[in-house]
Amino acid sequence: MKKILLASTALALSSGMAMADVKMGVLLGFTGPIESVTPHMADSAEMAWNEINEAGGILDGQMISSVRADSTCLDSSAAQAAAERMISSDGVVAIMGADCSGVTMSVLQNVAMSAGVPMISPSATSPAFTDTDSGGVFFRTAPSDARQGAVLAEIVMSRDIDMVAVTYTNNDYGAGFADAFIESFEAAGGTVTTSVAHEDGRGDYSAEAGTLASAGGDALVILGYTDGGGSMLRTAWELGAFESFFIGDGMYGDELVAAVGEALEGTVGTLPGAEGDGADAFAALGQANDVVTESSFTGESYDAAALLALAAEAAGEATPEGIAANILNVANAPGEEILPGELARALEILRDGGEINYVGATDVELIGPGEAAGTYREYVVEDGQFVTLRMH
Amino acid sequence: MEPLNALVSVTNFMLIPAFAYGSQLALGALGITLIFSILRFAHFAHGDTMALGTAAVIGGTFFLQAQGIGIGGLPTALLAIPFGILVMVGYLLAADKLVYKYFRKVKARPLTFVMASLGVMFVTNGITRLFMGVSETRFEDGERFIFSVRDFREWSGLAEGLALRSAQAITIVTALIVMVILFWFLNRTRAGKSMRAYSDNEDLALLSGINPERVVMITWTITAILLVLAGTLYGLDKGFRPFNYFQLLLPMFAAAILGGLGSPIGAIVGAYVVAFAEMGVTYAWRRVFTYLMPEGLEPTSMLQLLPVDYKFAVTFAILVLVLLFRPTGIFKGKVI
Repeated sequence: MKKILLASTALALSSGMAMADVKMGVLLGFTGPIESVTPHMADSAEMAWNEINEAGGILDGQMISSVRADSTCLDSSAAQAAAERMISSDGVVAIMGADCSGVTMSVLQNVAMSAGVPMISPSATSPAFTDTDSGGVFFRTAPSDARQGAVLAEIVMSRDIDMVAVTYTNNDYGAGFADAFIESFEAAGGTVTTSVAHEDGRGDYSAEAGTLASAGGDALVILGYTDGGGSMLRTAWELGAFESFFIGDGMYGDELVAAVGEALEGTVGTLPGAEGDGADAFAALGQANDVVTESSFTGESYDAAALLALAAEAAGEATPEGIAANILNVANAPGEEILPGELARALEILRDGGEINYVGATDVELIGPGEAAGTYREYVVEDGQFVTLRMH
Repeated sequence: MEPLNALVSVTNFMLIPAFAYGSQLALGALGITLIFSILRFAHFAHGDTMALGTAAVIGGTFFLQAQGIGIGGLPTALLAIPFGILVMVGYLLAADKLVYKYFRKVKARPLTFVMASLGVMFVTNGITRLFMGVSETRFEDGERFIFSVRDFREWSGLAEGLALRSAQAITIVTALIVMVILFWFLNRTRAGKSMRAYSDNEDLALLSGINPERVVMITWTITAILLVLAGTLYGLDKGFRPFNYFQLLLPMFAAAILGGLGSPIGAIVGAYVVAFAEMGVTYAWRRVFTYLMPEGLEPTSMLQLLPVDYKFAVTFAILVLVLLFRPTGIFKGKVI
């Protein structure tokens, strides 16, 4: 027993000395309004890195180690401090994150851009990123809400509803999403009776529900989070203000069913995510590694983490500049298509000087300034379950 | 014209929520006004003490639920209220002994008391968050509705619906009962009369043999009862979140000052005025007027004086206006 212990210590020491670890950051809101989904996102990201480590690491045996930090989703100064600490004291070469659009934008503009450290956000969906010149350090595996707004408008229209009221959470994500939805909905001939912002963390939403009811409409579109958006939905239903609801991706999750209950029946929503070989492979991988993959943005997180590692391999060096410059190369065609679970093969191809086209769990295709083109799942809530209707 | 639909709509969206909210504020404002008239300082720790009291009740509720004890369709929290009151009587008396007693002895100025209560507020706030965290805790159980919108529509055949949640009904009934008991206590019992005497004139009260420490103790005890009730009812109605209780401080003080500090009846009236003003000013009246106006004259705008986010601005405006034009409040209370 003692011998084994000694041997393993020696092994750990020697391996530690032989190859320096490459540190990569996971910056997600482990506390705050989306704390229920972030652990699964982080697990998914680390699953990709573990897969690579088990295959012998990147760049001739360098292991990737994960550094987690809390973005809080809401508090920009806390998120910036966390990112700064990651970069300066932990020495991460790239960041998988951040999550909510508001904090992601402030981390990008105030920390990542000046440090030149690449970020791939798995879940920042504000249209504002499309128009932001990040100097080539910002990418996202989640599609812009401009696209989701259009998809949601199309879904509402397809149900013969042409008059709706809109309420959104009062931040970059909510406002951008609402703008995109309203623009597409009105362009398709629909009427938006009113668009009201709501704050998360309030006790009582009856005044907001009253305002929306007063404006009228055949359905209420809620673009927010489980916290405020969920309470809003329940209050509006209980007061009889609206009977049918449409929701955006921020509200998806089992917590919503638990918090809202029967009011949720028949609610229709959108969620970024792909189906097909990549999604299936990812689900199987999650099952094998005990990672919950049914939660929001898990596939995007896995893809973001995998892209960072593969880009380092493609660059031949684990430096921020090298990774930033190679993300688009590994993400897009031409090259061998790579699905989840095939990262070892991808590394091999890159080592041999070949090219890869990373497909991943979410059909990654980075367009424009480096953002996902995006496919969406349309689902309806039936008996407390999210049932997928079709893909858009 | 459909006046009945207009009435149902305004009741559903504004009157019932405002009445429940006003009742919760009234219980809180009564505590503030009692402390102000007897201990002679503005109790800034009121909101956070309410949160701590509610936290104790929630703890008791979870314990009872785990034991499988409940009261049929009513929230289990009602059973846990006595436990919460006991905890808070202990807590407030301890705070008095550790903090306020010294300042009474050295006859400190009211402002010193206020600052001391600010310190107590921060400590209390910290304790609450230590036990409960900052996120929302829901502890409501039992029947959620007395009648729901769908029941009402079916029963009445009206286009508009009306819902009454159990928590709202319990709040209103409890608040009315507590107010009646409080007035009976202050006006009819020996302890209540000695409190009023002490409030009117400290020196004369001392001369007539009233023990000031006893009066102080009774005041804190009553405050604890009011606090725990107000906090629990608010939490049952709207969910428990420590920060929301801190925010209640402004409307509660506005209510007490508007009614006239030191006047219990003023605190109640003030609380309802504040609640209805908050809801009424931020309510979009379009739906109501659509029913009231003759055909063809329906309003096209929302008829909303202020967006909902400005609820607290309404309270603040009331507070400023009262302090400017009638600092004694409606019922001629004391001036801060």
